Amino acid sequence: MNVQLLDLACGALLLTAVLILWRRELAVIIRVFALQGVALAALVAVLAAGEGAPELWGVAAGILVLRAGVLPWLLRRALARGGAAARETRPLVNVAASLLTAAVLTLLAYAVSPPLVALAPSPATQAIPVGMTVVLIGFFVLVTRRRALSQLVGFLLLDNGITAVGFLTTTSVGLLVEAGISLDVLLAVLVLQILTTRIRETFGDTDLDELRELHD
Amino acid sequence: MTVSFLSLAAIVVPLLAALGYAALGWHKATAWLSPLAAAVVLAAASGVAVQIGQSGPRTAVAGVLRVDALSAFMLIVIGAVALLATAATPAYLRAEIAAGRATERTATRHSVLVQLFLAAMATAVLAANLGVLWVAIEATTIVTAFLVGQRRTKTALEAAWKYVVICSTGIALALLGTLLLNYAAHGTGLGLAALTAGAHDLDPGVARIAVTLLILGFGTKAGLAPLHAWLPDAHSQAPAPVSALMSGVLLSVALYAILRVKVISDAVLGPGFARALLAVMALASLAVAASLLLAQRDYKRMLAYSSIEHLALASLGAAIGSPLALAAALLHILGHGLVKAVLFLGAGRILQITGTSRIDGVRGLAARDPLLAGCVGLGVLALIGLPPFSLFASEFGLARAGFAAGLGWITALALLLVLVIAAALVGHTSRMLLGTPPEEPLPHGGIVTTTRLSTAPSVALAGGLLAAAVLGVAAGPLATLLHQAADLLTGTP
Repeated sequence: MNVQLLDLACGALLLTAVLILWRRELAVIIRVFALQGVALAALVAVLAAGEGAPELWGVAAGILVLRAGVLPWLLRRALARGGAAARETRPLVNVAASLLTAAVLTLLAYAVSPPLVALAPSPATQAIPVGMTVVLIGFFVLVTRRRALSQLVGFLLLDNGITAVGFLTTTSVGLLVEAGISLDVLLAVLVLQILTTRIRETFGDTDLDELRELHD
Repeated sequence: MTVSFLSLAAIVVPLLAALGYAALGWHKATAWLSPLAAAVVLAAASGVAVQIGQSGPRTAVAGVLRVDALSAFMLIVIGAVALLATAATPAYLRAEIAAGRATERTATRHSVLVQLFLAAMATAVLAANLGVLWVAIEATTIVTAFLVGQRRTKTALEAAWKYVVICSTGIALALLGTLLLNYAAHGTGLGLAALTAGAHDLDPGVARIAVTLLILGFGTKAGLAPLHAWLPDAHSQAPAPVSALMSGVLLSVALYAILRVKVISDAVLGPGFARALLAVMALASLAVAASLLLAQRDYKRMLAYSSIEHLALASLGAAIGSPLALAAALLHILGHGLVKAVLFLGAGRILQITGTSRIDGVRGLAARDPLLAGCVGLGVLALIGLPPFSLFASEFGLARAGFAAGLGWITALALLLVLVIAAALVGHTSRMLLGTPPEEPLPHGGIVTTTRLSTAPSVALAGGLLAAAVLGVAAGPLATLLHQAADLLTGTP
């Protein structure tokens, strides 16, 4: 297995996650998200080359199509329909604080991960904390962004991180389960996109601040 | 008929019914297809339970499905609650269509999605593999999202958005836990039976992280704190039959996943780990439910918070972990499913009569519609755990098991919170049922002019209450099944 390529792919994964946290234009965020899909596919491809497993190459290709192609395309379509307001105007946490939080989350990921690395030390498992960091950053984006589309990106970031951890730990999840997971993610995004459209039809815009009627 | 055939029927028949609705549409002739499919699921579940009782756990369909006493029991819960909910659906949809709030197309889509929902839940409890279980539970989120947002009002869309985002995120955590559990098992696969049997080979450090994520993740879907915020919104906005299904079975299917994870966790990490996690989540959920029920102003949200309470009690049973506690928790799941389905169906009817879901918008229901008021009143009494209903027996069992297992303080605290909740429920409900009805009949613009309940919903409401009462007096053949399932969960077959 080419360790340098593996590290490069993981580095790209982490960098794109931080970039998503940093930038506010939704169009840019979607482009960075597509880049992250490429990095994730590259990661799986490196693992496939290392193990010489042909079906893993197929999974890598599937990930490239879904996460660098279909999902960004769906997001862009939702954005184009949304019209003018294409910026995350008022996130709950400002950019400087977000980046600091990303640093803290990285430390947290490294603090949680030692048992995961210790079980089977290898270049691949040593990169698990990176996957964990992407999961935590995705969660953070999800809870601090107010626009529907940004929240969607946060959810997908979380999912990219989980996929990365999954492949870094074991490559033998089983094709049925992997296919099921991808299908579920795709469907969840479709559902959320349809809801976004309906919310826009009803509310005019998709700032989730408008969604405040239900409470106790 | 073999176990294979019966368990497959429980998944395939709802799928066929969904296809039927998609092809033929919803109208007078097809309206009864839905309860028919639910009845088939219930019959298949009973057949499976009988066969499992004689022959022990079986795998089916090339090892994708695995049926044991616990899956058979959960399948019975799904079938029974689905039968109640779908039997009351035609009348509900007819009233909505008559009021112009829905069309036959909405009704068709509703019926297709409900059948897919049933198929997904049946798959979840029959899955032999933690991965397939995960996929099935996530599938329930996807199909119910549109059911929650069916009315397309502002509030319904808000609830649907929150529901999908929070539940998908919670379920994503469970996915991470599933992958890590596979890693802890050195990549030997996610078969539930294999994981349980080979649990001693799992790496404890990794398993600890995996179990935490799995319990938190599936706990989200089961409506347990801290990620419970979607539940009151989704349950109050969904159409009544869907609320009945979500509250009655969807929550317990997620709890079923937690029970499966707990067996593995107990074998690797000892019983203390999952117990601590579940006990904390259960107490937190009870506290949330109690504090928000005291000053509740909306009766559908009131029922939703009561669901959080009852799932917390069942989780407490899982935390206690003795055979008695687990049998009581399972009985509690069934009793709560039946009674809560009755109450949500009743609440849907009240909403159609009065046009408001505010508690202070409903007065003197007992004088206006004695049958409906009687069912709702008895349902609430059943819910707070009065005999003869089965929730009395199960709560009593839980309390006894809790004190016997040395969790006296936790059990006492939980019982105190249950008392507070009972007082709040009785207070709110009596204000709705008693008193004199308002002079002008429909102050908020209800959509139903005839207040008489038609036959099918009346039978569903009364039947659900009767079943819960019979269960409370004598569980009959179900008792054997319950004990087999509890033995399975404690690892003492």
